[in-house]
Order: sequence, then C-alpha cells, then structure tokens
Amino acid sequence: MSACLQRDTGLSGSAEAKRAEPRANEKKCSWASYMTNSPTLIVMIGLPARGKTYMSKKLTRYLNWIGVPTKVFNLGVYRREAVRSYKSYDFFRHDNEEAMKIRKQCALVALQDVKVYFNEEGGQIAVFDATNTTRERRDLILNFVKENAYKVFFVESVCDDPDVIAANIMEVKVSSPDYPEAHRERVMDDFLKRIECYKVTYQPLDPEDYDKDLSFIQVMNVGRRFLVNRVQDYIQSKIVYYLMNIHVHSHSIYLCRHGESDHNLQGRIGGDSELSPRGKQFAAALREFIEEHGLSDLKVWTSQLRRTIQTAEALGVPYEQWKILNEIDAGVCEEMTYDMIQSTFPEEFALRDQDKYHYRYPGGESYQDLVQRLEPVIMELERQGNVLVVCHQAVMRCLLAYFLDKSADDLPYLKCPLHTVLKLTPVAYGCKVELFHLNVEAVNTHRDRPLPRVAGGCMNPCVKESTLTAQKKLLTASASE
Amino acid sequence: MMDADPDTDRFEEMPDHLQSGLTQNPLEKIWVPWMSSRLSRRRGSSVPQFTNSPTMIVMVGLPARGKTYISKKLTRYLNWIGVPTKVFNVGQYRREACQSYKNFEFFRPDNEEAMKIRKACALSALKDVSIYFSQDHGQVAVFDATNTTCERREVILFFAKENGYKVFFVESICDDPEIIAENIKQVKLSSPDYLNCDKEEAVADFLKRIECYKVTYIPLDDDKDRNLSYIKIFNVGSRYLVNRVQDHIQSRIVYYLMNIHVTPRTIYLCRHGESELNLVGRIGGDSGLSPRGNKFAAALGKYIRSQCIPDLRIWTSHMKRTIQTAEAVGVTYEQWKALNEIDAGVCEEMTYEEIQENFPEEFALRDQDKYRYRYPKGESYEDLVQRLEPVIMELERQENVLVVCHQAVMRCLLAYFLDKSAGELPYLKCPLHTVLKLTPVAYGCKVESVFLNVEAVNTHRDRPVCDEPQCSQTPPLRHSRAQPMASPAPTKAPCLEDLGLTELSLENVSVDRDAEDALVTVPDHI
Repeated sequence: MSACLQRDTGLSGSAEAKRAEPRANEKKCSWASYMTNSPTLIVMIGLPARGKTYMSKKLTRYLNWIGVPTKVFNLGVYRREAVRSYKSYDFFRHDNEEAMKIRKQCALVALQDVKVYFNEEGGQIAVFDATNTTRERRDLILNFVKENAYKVFFVESVCDDPDVIAANIMEVKVSSPDYPEAHRERVMDDFLKRIECYKVTYQPLDPEDYDKDLSFIQVMNVGRRFLVNRVQDYIQSKIVYYLMNIHVHSHSIYLCRHGESDHNLQGRIGGDSELSPRGKQFAAALREFIEEHGLSDLKVWTSQLRRTIQTAEALGVPYEQWKILNEIDAGVCEEMTYDMIQSTFPEEFALRDQDKYHYRYPGGESYQDLVQRLEPVIMELERQGNVLVVCHQAVMRCLLAYFLDKSADDLPYLKCPLHTVLKLTPVAYGCKVELFHLNVEAVNTHRDRPLPRVAGGCMNPCVKESTLTAQKKLLTASASE
Repeated sequence: MMDADPDTDRFEEMPDHLQSGLTQNPLEKIWVPWMSSRLSRRRGSSVPQFTNSPTMIVMVGLPARGKTYISKKLTRYLNWIGVPTKVFNVGQYRREACQSYKNFEFFRPDNEEAMKIRKACALSALKDVSIYFSQDHGQVAVFDATNTTCERREVILFFAKENGYKVFFVESICDDPEIIAENIKQVKLSSPDYLNCDKEEAVADFLKRIECYKVTYIPLDDDKDRNLSYIKIFNVGSRYLVNRVQDHIQSRIVYYLMNIHVTPRTIYLCRHGESELNLVGRIGGDSGLSPRGNKFAAALGKYIRSQCIPDLRIWTSHMKRTIQTAEAVGVTYEQWKALNEIDAGVCEEMTYEEIQENFPEEFALRDQDKYRYRYPKGESYEDLVQRLEPVIMELERQENVLVVCHQAVMRCLLAYFLDKSAGELPYLKCPLHTVLKLTPVAYGCKVESVFLNVEAVNTHRDRPVCDEPQCSQTPPLRHSRAQPMASPAPTKAPCLEDLGLTELSLENVSVDRDAEDALVTVPDHI
C-alpha cells in the first residue's frame, strides 16, 4: 500500500496519476484552510479593557490549531517599541498631536507587517489588535484591505459593566510593561483615565446605517449578547461560532490518559485492551485525587475504548463516552509493537519519523486527522465548566497543544505519560499547567523526536513537577495602543 | 474481560474500583459496566447527550417571514443529528377547529370570537407539546406560530416555567417586499386556506391578513426581553442578534440558523463509478474504478458540463474511486476525509458471503438494526451521521455542489435532505452510475434521478423480508436515549406510532437463521 504521508490522491504509478498529481499537490492540505481563499484581516474594536487582546490571542490559538495560519498584530507592542517609556495617560489624549502622529505611524507599520505576513509568509488570517475606535481609523484599514484584495471582519467588544472592566484591569493591565512598578491603585487610576481619553472619540459600529455593509460581530457584555452582520464565508462563520462559545468564567480542565493497559505492558499500540493491575491502581488513585480536589459539578468524559471506560468506572461518578476521543487509528499497524512495525513496514516507520504530524497510517489516521476529529471536543470544553477528560496519548497531545498553543511540529512529541494528571487553568492570556504524578508506576510509552532539534522552543510542560506557566510568544500582557 | 462470578453476591462484595468488568453491547459495540451499580444509567451512545431539560423553540414574526420554513428545516436537522424534535404548527390546529377559511376578517384584532378560537388552538398545541415531551421522549418542540404579542409570549413562558422546559425564541424580521411576495407565491397560494381561490385574490387577502397582525405586533425588545434567550434574524440572514444562549443545543441551533440561506441552488449527489471491488461483491477497501466505472466518470463529466452550472463546487472523499471519478469531470475538486465510506472494521474487503461465513452473528445483528449496528472495530450509520455533520453544515452554506461519495455516505446525506428516519436511512436506494439532483422547493426538496446510461452491478441489500407487510415499516426499537427519526407529521393528533417490539422471528434477522436465508438479500456479483 502506498505511503500516506500527505493527502493521498490514491493514484499510484499510472499516467493518470502523473497528470493528476501536480493538480492534487496544488490543493491546500488543511481541511480548514482550503475554504479561505483571500486572506482575511480580523479587526478588533473597543475601548481598552474590553477583552480585545484576550479574544485576539484565544481566537488565534484556535485558528492555528485547526490548521489556519493566523497571527496577532498588537498595536500596543508597536507603540511600546516606538515610544520607549510610557509616562502617563496623557499620551492618549486625543488633542495630543505628537502622540497621535506616532500612534498613526504605528498602525501603518503594523499593516505593512500584515501585508508581509500574507504575501510572503503564507499567513491566512491576521488579527489586528487595537482599539480602532474611530471611523477614521477603520476607513484607513478598509482602504488598505481593498487595495490588497483582502477580506475584512470586525470584532467589536462592548462592555458597560464596571465590575468586568475593573476585573480586566486588575488581571492584565497591572502586569503590563506600561506599569512596571505595578502599584495597584495608581495603575487603576491611570488606566481609567486612559479609557476616558478614548471614550471622547469612540464611534461604535453602526449596523443600521454607516456600517451596514461591513462584516462584523459585536460581542456585548462578555458574550451575553451578539450582533452578527453579513458573515461572508466559512472561516468567518467558524470564528463567530467560536466567539459565541467561549466564556471567561473560572474553570479547570483535567487531562489524563487511561490507566496502564495490557497492550501498554506489551509495547503494543492501539487496540482495545483492558487495564493492567497497575492501571487499576491508578484508577483508584484518580478517584482519591478527584475527591481531594473537591471539584463541584465535575464532568467526566471518556472515549469508547475499554481502558478509558474502566478508568472512569472506578471514579464512582457519571461519565460520558465520546467516540471521537478514541485513540488515533493506526490502521494496518494496530496492535503491533514498534519493533514489529519496523520490521513489517520499515518505509512507513521512517516516513512517520520524518513528519509525525502529517503522517497517516495506511488505513488509519494522522495527527492532523485527529485534530479535525477533536474539534467538537474543544468547542464543548470551551462551553463547559470543570471537566476531566480520560483519553489516550495522541488524543491528549492534540488537546494539550490547543491549550498550550503548541505548533504542529511540537504536538506529536508532547510528553503525556501514563498515570499523570494535567490540570489546566486559564489565567490572564494563557493557561496555567499543573502536573500531578499519581504515584503509581507505569511503562513509558513516549517516543522522542528521532533527531535532536537545533532551534529551541519545545517547552515541555510535563518535565517539571512544579507549577509552571506555559510560556507564550508574547510574554508581556499587552495593553492596547 | 474480568471473570464475573455468576454468583452475584460475591461480586458485589468486591470494592467498587475492582468491579471494572465491562461488557460490550453486541449491536453498537459500546462498553457498559457488567453489573448495574448505583450509577448505572444507559451511558452507551456514540455522542454525549447534552440536552437535559426539554427545549421549546418559539417562532416569532409576521406571516410570510419564513417561520414555517425555518421550523421545518431546523426540525429536520435536529432529528438527523439525533435530537428528537417535532413541529407544532398552530395554523393547522386552527384549520382543524374552523373547517373552512373565509377571508382575512378572521384575523382582525377586534374579532373576539375568532380570538377565542385562536387562543384555544394555541393552548391545545401547548398541551400536545407537553405530551410530546413527557410521553413521546421528545427533546425539542418547535412552536410555529406568529407569537407576535407580549401577551401570547407570556402565556408560553409561563407554561414552560411550570413544566421545567427551556425556551428559545427565533424571531424573523423582514421588510423587503420582494422577499415577502416571493414567500407568498411559494407557499401561501398552495395553502389549504386558499384552495379554490383566484391567485390575485389570494395574494390580496393574504396581504390584508398581514396588516391585521401588524397592528398588534411587538417585536422582542432589546431591553424588556433582555433576560430571554433568543435569536433575531433580519432580512433572511444578513444580520442576527443573539441573546443569552443557555446551553449546547441552543448554541448548535444558532450556528445552524446562521449558516442556512434561501438562495436557489442545486445539490448533486452521486457515488463513485463502479469499482473493482464492487464487481466482485466486496465491501469497503480502496480500489480503483472498473472499466465501466471509468465510462461513468466520463459520462458524469459530460453530464455536468451539459448542466452549465455556475460556480460548481465538487467534493470527493479521500478514497481512490471517488477521486478518479471527479478527475474525469475536469474541474478542481476538494477532498473531505469525512466523506469516506463507512468503516467496516474487521469485515473490510469481504463479500457478504464471507461475512456470513466468518461472522454470522454480526451479519444477523446488522440486519436487526442496520442504523445502530457498528462493525467490530468499525463504524455504524449512526457514527457516520456524526462524522458527516460538518459536511451538511458546509453544504448548507454553499450553493451549487456536486458530492461524489459512497453508498452509505450518500444514504446519510440523502436522509438529511429528504427527512428520512433512522429506520429508512440504511435502505435508501443509491445505485451506482445514477446522479440525484436535489433542488430546494417550498418547504422541501425536489429530487430528480438521472441514470447516466452505463451499466453497473447492484450493491443494494433490501431489508430482510418478513411475513407481515407492516413489519418492515415499524421503526426500530426506541431506547431511552435520543435516536434520529423523521420529523413526525405535524398533525393535530399526537403521534401514535407503533412503538412496539419488532418480532424478530417474523423478519429474517435471527442470529440462528440459515446461511441461505441470510444471503437472500445479497445482490449478485462475480
């Protein structure tokens, strides 16, 4: 059977295949990205502390995970580069002409970078994270977009609940580079005055008249209410669906694998075996763990394979089975050991090591397929409160990659050992990870990347046992403009 | 599997965490706990059940705003994905109550007697809703009426609160006279109300009817109704206002409503050309086209070009046979893994005779409940429907599309468009070398079957024959959890379908049947 590294046209050898192949290779590989033709610029709109950066980063993480290359362009970062040190809210007064020039210049530079990202770096979606509160600024963006034949979709966040705004300021502004000493009251005071500066010139989107032909979503009061106008295409529809399903309530997601299974002990992959004795011990330990953590309303999800269900059964709480949480289908290699695969299918084995994310087992699946399969799980995890997901190695890697913003390159090598629970708690713009080894021995099922990686970056959350915060590319919580 | 001692006492003495013995339901291959513990509820289903309280979807809007269109379409979708849903159309109750419709005067807001009748009809419909929820295992009820006054909506909210139902409003607002005129033409002129009417008279009367409603119409209010859950649809979907989505099912409903459109278009469904494995009667696999299959592919190309379809999208699966077929059409196509044929697990590439020989029990189980039967290490039709949901969603978004797929997949897609039940779905006829052309019309779908004149084997297995003709019509056993069904006919009387057990002995589906009996439904092949 021919090696299935990428989307296989299934035609092997014949002249027909040769003719078809170039056309086949032109097709974009990602199932989601095919449906975005022109690149799309997502433009955030809103007063400071309305969750624009939060939504920008989260949306970007989601889009990258489903395979649509996306990047955030945060104007505040550009401004901080241009103006070395921030003094006070006076910078943002609308009558501060010099500052206004600088701010406009920053916007133009950022738009140029967007152009480079689209035209030269293969980007599909750029998220322009700034207040964009005036019609003048938005017209500037619309011209840019028109000139370059990009699509544009606005996301406006409107919020008048003072408690929400105060909480936002405390959570992300206090630690902003603009306020190095982070003296709370001073920060709050200055920031509120900053917001007032913007309010003077704020022109919200007008769906009835001025902006009725634009494509946008207005998110009101942290998702209580949405106004959606003129969704143009598939990706905008997915963005709307995603934004409508996320929430900001505090909750934790627990990820773990099933207890050690009989196949694990034998070094076999896949299959539907039962828990080994140590696996059963883990299930009991997991039960204690849940009780210790006193989680109210914890939902428990498993796959439809025996080993996760046996694990969940021991917990003594109701659980839901999802077929889509089943382990990656290894096709013809199901239930083999890696040695057997090496000897029976040496070519396949090598191909897998070359590109573990895209590699599809013959008659089976790839990590890329798995991500597509898991998308409804992610969407539902976003909607829910506290959830414990008892799943499998490859599945857990995919879910973890979503929460920790890991690239397709790193995803298949994330360490997800048996008998270990990962607790993920959203915090500020990222995710706090806590690792809990439940003190029951198990085999190691992890295969490292075959060649050493030269360039750094794979931050392994599972290496240390202490609480750590996953590193983000933009470490500093950025204030807007 | 753990050795469960037949002596149940001893087993129950074991600590809970060791009673991890599971047993696999033979039909759906779902693992459930061996012993019923205090937590045992039927947890086996291929998709988690996210609906707890039943939900009422309440339509709001003036006549001819697409409420019934949305009601029916939404109901069809929800049933297909496995959420039992039914429409309750108050207009029909009214037609039952007042045998013949005279004219618009019935709808005048000052017509007290008529008002009484109309209110009684609404209450009668609500009563049927509660029967549907409490006795018929319904999950979602779509209350299709104008519901244009605060008073009427209060009545509904009160009813829902009393019974512990959730409420989600869907308001359709449209002031484009062209759209309204088109609606009237498409569905009102053929309404039983205007049976013997002259066309122009009917339109004039209907417009006056709308005016009657306008007098008292109060749309959902941004402020007063801010605590209600609703979606407002403006001008057939150019804009939406969504307020307080409460749960998973409402979120799915909103997503669906935001993706459908009414632009005229055509969907073409067909299977790949006849494959090498088809010829020898083997299921599944990933073979190439046979010579006749290639002929079909060429004929398909010719047919598509003759149709002169603007902006046609072509979708295939990842399997060789659909891709080879699409190649011949000569237009760019997109491959969807989700369109792959049903995975027959251990039975892949076997003939039915071989399946009967090697897995007679499995073969019989499949005939007992073909929709929910899952091949060992494979899939069921039910799994297929879940897998195909994103395809359906994207088909709704798109306009002209040709989908080149496979038998089981095509049955699932067809069942969605033609509102077929889970019982009928696995037996829909989708022969090779035949294109089905689907055109949305009024509240449904027109189907044209185009055979492209290239012979092929027959791959269809009929439902096994039984002695009593009604047998094959009985819906499969209804379990406590959701199972897709066709939208029940929106009649006034509650659905009194026969929910009784199918007597397996009458159908040729018993596990103990002869090989010869088992193979009676298998079509000929090489």
